[in-house]
Amino acid sequence: MKNKSLISINDYSKEDYLKILDLAEEFENNSVQKILEGKVVATLFFEPSTRTRLSFESAVNKLGGKVIGFTDAASSSVQKGETLKDTIMTVANYSDLIVMRHPIEGSARYASEVSKVPVVNAGDGANQHPTQTLLDLYSIKKTQGKLENLNIFIVGDLKYGRTVHSLLIAMSHFNPTFNFISPDFLKMPDEYKLFLDEKGIKYYEHSDFTKYIDQADIVYMTRVQKERFSDPIEYEKVKNVYILKNKMLENTKENMRILHPLPRVNEINEDVDANPKAYYFQQAENGVYTRQAIIASILGLK
Amino acid sequence: MTKDTKELRVSAIKNGTAIDHIPADSLFNVINILGLDKIQNTITFGTNLDSQTQGKKAIIKISEKYFEKSEINKIALVAPNAKLNIIKDYEVVQKQIIELPDSFQGIVKCVNPKCITNVENVKTKFTVVDKKELKLKCHYCEKITNKNNIEVVK
Repeated sequence: MKNKSLISINDYSKEDYLKILDLAEEFENNSVQKILEGKVVATLFFEPSTRTRLSFESAVNKLGGKVIGFTDAASSSVQKGETLKDTIMTVANYSDLIVMRHPIEGSARYASEVSKVPVVNAGDGANQHPTQTLLDLYSIKKTQGKLENLNIFIVGDLKYGRTVHSLLIAMSHFNPTFNFISPDFLKMPDEYKLFLDEKGIKYYEHSDFTKYIDQADIVYMTRVQKERFSDPIEYEKVKNVYILKNKMLENTKENMRILHPLPRVNEINEDVDANPKAYYFQQAENGVYTRQAIIASILGLK
Repeated sequence: MTKDTKELRVSAIKNGTAIDHIPADSLFNVINILGLDKIQNTITFGTNLDSQTQGKKAIIKISEKYFEKSEINKIALVAPNAKLNIIKDYEVVQKQIIELPDSFQGIVKCVNPKCITNVENVKTKFTVVDKKELKLKCHYCEKITNKNNIEVVK
């Protein structure tokens, strides 16, 4: 993986995933390792994403590296009309690795083609956010002790949610069973269902929380975003259907864990937070170890 | 009607390439893709000709011009059933089949308005993921452009 940009979850093989997860575990056990001394990582956030940026910057700091960059396009030369190509070609001279977030889809792939240093995609519009997927895998492996043969429930916006689509593709290597819970018009797109059919992976679709949730190993919650609805009445109707409450967890399996890419709005009731099955904040912590693993592996330091 | 008496609706060329069975509405896309508007060769074409198999068709005849396979395959995107005849001394000496390539650059636009290729000056790049249904996966945004929304880059 040395010097290879990480743009899409499709760029990495199953072996690559597993290598990153092993490395992430190593960093969790020993997270301060000054192997990035003298290296500069540029974090270019053409749109704000505080959580992702801080997670990357925390990872770089723990590795002893330095961070340069900007936190939104307004404070960069993009505002003066500079092209992405020029920004990337310039910043590549100042850094050993570029982490970028950009609202335009495919921008990270293009950046990796014009940059002389590797690029890590921290989200390109609705397309890809591979480091999120890897930290989701790490969280699943850590809480379940394995990735194979798990029953995974995914709840919320399954149509536009890029984390959901990438998770589905990454998990498809490990013989999962999927249960999808969403309003009808935010259902999993056909192309992903065809993909699962082709791979012979079982999946079931539900329009609300079902008793089958008691069989879940992982419940992956996502936000149903108000702006997806053209009709506000529709939003009012569904907004309370997809809220996970503590009492719904009574009969769920002991090993079951609730994940959420965050930020949460109201789709997980706060009474769930104290339940040991709530895992979303630890999941965010795992993001730092996973990103340490990704950075170290791309820079050939591990 | 025998071959000898059949009237040619696009006059014959001595040497060159004839492209037949182009859907009439794809004629100018084919001209564009092959860059025929930029070459000096004598070119004759006819369009909105009756075709027994495909409604209205177009024919292009280019004198003294022969195409590389990789070059001619690009027109499969807009004229998948086109037929190529190589002509020497007024005779068809070879028929060539057009095949959709596995991947290609340029030629068509990505359907996704939020794709980098539609925002900055980036040449499009596609992998053909389904040759039968004509589904093209964008190398950049990973979205699918299909035959119903193919638009040729101007």
